[in-house]
Amino acid sequence: MDPMDAIKVTFFQECDEQLAELESGLMALEEGEGDRETVNAVVRAVHSVKGGAGAFGFEDLVKFSHTFETVLDLMRSDKLAISADAMHVMLRASDVLADLVHAARDGGSVDQGRCDALMEELDQLAQGDAAPAAASAATPGAAPAGDEPLYADVEPDEWGFVPLRFVMEDEPAGEEVWKIIFTPRAQLYAKGSDATILLRELALLGDCEIEVDDTLVPSLDTLDANGACMAWTILLHGDKDEAAIREIFEFVEGDCDLIIERTTISAAPAPIATPEAPPVVAAPPVIAPVAKQAAAQSAAAADSEGKGGQAAANATIRVDLERVDRLIDLVGELVINQAMLAQRVAETGVARSSNVALGLDELEQLTRELQDSVMAIRAQPVKSVFQRMPRLVREIATATNKQVRLVMDGEGTEVDKTVIERLSDPITHMLRNAVDHGLESTQDRIDAGKSAEGTIRLAALHRSGRIVIEVSDDGRGINRERVRAKAIEKGLISPDVNMTDEEIDNIIFLPGFSTASAISDISGRGVGMDVVKRSIQALGGRISITSNPGKGSTFTLSLPLTLAVLDGMVVSASDQTLIAPLTTSIETLQPKPGEVRRLGPNRSVIAVRDAFVPLIDVGVALGFRKEAAQPDSCVVLLVESEGGGRAALLVDDIQGQRQVVIKSLEANYQRVEGIAAATILGDGRVALILDVDGLIAQRVSEARAETQLAKAG
Amino acid sequence: MSLRILTVDDSRMMREMLLMALKGAGFDVVQAEDGEHGLEVLAEHGADVIITDINMPKLDGFGFIERVRTETSHRATPILVLSTESDAAKKARARDAGATGWIVKPFDAARLVEAIRRVSA
Repeated sequence: MDPMDAIKVTFFQECDEQLAELESGLMALEEGEGDRETVNAVVRAVHSVKGGAGAFGFEDLVKFSHTFETVLDLMRSDKLAISADAMHVMLRASDVLADLVHAARDGGSVDQGRCDALMEELDQLAQGDAAPAAASAATPGAAPAGDEPLYADVEPDEWGFVPLRFVMEDEPAGEEVWKIIFTPRAQLYAKGSDATILLRELALLGDCEIEVDDTLVPSLDTLDANGACMAWTILLHGDKDEAAIREIFEFVEGDCDLIIERTTISAAPAPIATPEAPPVVAAPPVIAPVAKQAAAQSAAAADSEGKGGQAAANATIRVDLERVDRLIDLVGELVINQAMLAQRVAETGVARSSNVALGLDELEQLTRELQDSVMAIRAQPVKSVFQRMPRLVREIATATNKQVRLVMDGEGTEVDKTVIERLSDPITHMLRNAVDHGLESTQDRIDAGKSAEGTIRLAALHRSGRIVIEVSDDGRGINRERVRAKAIEKGLISPDVNMTDEEIDNIIFLPGFSTASAISDISGRGVGMDVVKRSIQALGGRISITSNPGKGSTFTLSLPLTLAVLDGMVVSASDQTLIAPLTTSIETLQPKPGEVRRLGPNRSVIAVRDAFVPLIDVGVALGFRKEAAQPDSCVVLLVESEGGGRAALLVDDIQGQRQVVIKSLEANYQRVEGIAAATILGDGRVALILDVDGLIAQRVSEARAETQLAKAG
Repeated sequence: MSLRILTVDDSRMMREMLLMALKGAGFDVVQAEDGEHGLEVLAEHGADVIITDINMPKLDGFGFIERVRTETSHRATPILVLSTESDAAKKARARDAGATGWIVKPFDAARLVEAIRRVSA
């Protein structure tokens, strides 16, 4: 990659971080939770985006962030109050800023009208509040006016850098010259400046005649090494601007005596001025004390702030995701290899207590730890997904004209990177649903005696080895009557099926339930939820909904913590080795004669203590054999689905527990009903991983079809 | 012996840009992400020239310069400020804290290198 492109990538990554910081900072301020450091961080975020944008010549971005920063700066200097209205404008400005950044990155365009409108709002904020503060000092740090393109006509050079604006011109010769008398004081040297450097710099402005006055240099035995005792008189030819000369001395102004004057020289050399000449420059002594005090204060403030955060400074490193992925792949191979090696060694008949076998045990232990540690590298808090959501909710709220408050919980919950990436779409969908369909209109809420502002809660938590995401609203809940009626009308359910409330609520996930007309017809939810459900199932995830009429609904989504490895029970059925995810397994049983009862030709149940559990012959369900096996020669694995439904999987044998590396079936082959994924075993064979919920669902639908057939017959 | 430059900037992008420009010019580069970190890196690795941003978390550029000048053994090391701002009051404040020069971002690589050569001559 071209080095500039690599830096550009960094810039946009950093922009995303800054934008997230900006938004969370603004939200904290809106809630009245922020402190001075929050304000500083917010200003810094915008400032940083502006700086980088300038370097790459993203003019629109520079312009907008400049306007934005100006307003934020007013807030920082307490010239603008942190009001709810002001924060609203700023939050929307942060949205536009994000759009501009993304447009710059992806080459798209932004809604210019919206951008301009917000610039105007920001300007109004700035003016409205700056007016009482008097036209006194212009905003500190304010660069050229907003409507003037900052880097318009400047082409980036070969490095991609935009050249500086102050480029020195070649000066024509003139008869008049500048006479500069420069007398450094000791502190000039103490600050790391050097008189010769300044003189060399002067020489760049034009031909110089330099004379040194060393009359004050004492003899060596009385010389103070840190003192200053030389002075220079420079005659600078050409008609350079005085400002250009002053610029060179800008940083030593307080540390030297400087006289700059225009003089006409004759052919004779200029006289040497006395070093004791009083300084002409009056400005520095006036500014200095104030500035020094301010600097001291800021240093002191930084001191106290620094201590708390110091530990975090070097606590993280950045690594390309590709490298981590490569590592995970390699460790996956290592796990398989180690298993194969263990199997080969076992086949040679070596005793368990032999050195080889003990060494292998240790290797297995280490391999497992290595795998866990590597997986932990990719674990990330869900915050990166969550922090995009407030904006989404704001926008839908505006579009639907509702007042919505988003509360987020458990942002620090960690989950594998592969899962994080897939969370965004379903959460977006669920939130959209919650605002659009879950919450009532403001008027309806008031009529129902609720607060005008609806609350949506987005939470993440770990539960039994999975990550659970909940989206709940305090809206009207699902209108079960109408959902049921609609489902019957569409032929999705039979009119005489008795359904629990929960089952009715979950009708909204049925394919074909939600259509465009359903949006207006059903007071509840249901826009393409079947699509969401399918995409989640493809990841080994589950989604369900519970609803409380009049009080609200809760979507619950659960996904495995990682899509890379899985703890499984290795079983065999019809000479096939299969893996049942350990998270779904409850217990294993040896069925006794009489415990299994046949229900009709193809179905049977098994008595587990006091309850009957549907029995699923895995070999038959997956099409490995036609005839059901004899239960009493088999083993039963009792499993539980995400929704809480139980089933008994009938398999020939249970071989043991093992952690396996998941290989996607969709990516390598295609989706198969009842199979979640595949893995490679120690002996190199491919084993399929069972989709327990899929198997249970398949069985339930078969049973339903059979019942209906029976009724029809 | 190539000169060692310490760059202090909270923006990773800016650090990368500086690294590219300075490495390209044959300098040895060490980096820090804020003033506090800058002091640590300076203590550990030293530097012939320091380039620092102003607006940074934890310890800003002003505080950093002042502490380099008052608390470290690098009191005479030239310090160039590299900032998007060009406000006279801030320049004065930096100068008072002990900065050697001020360069406005976005910077021109050649000019930056020239500035370093000048202050380190």
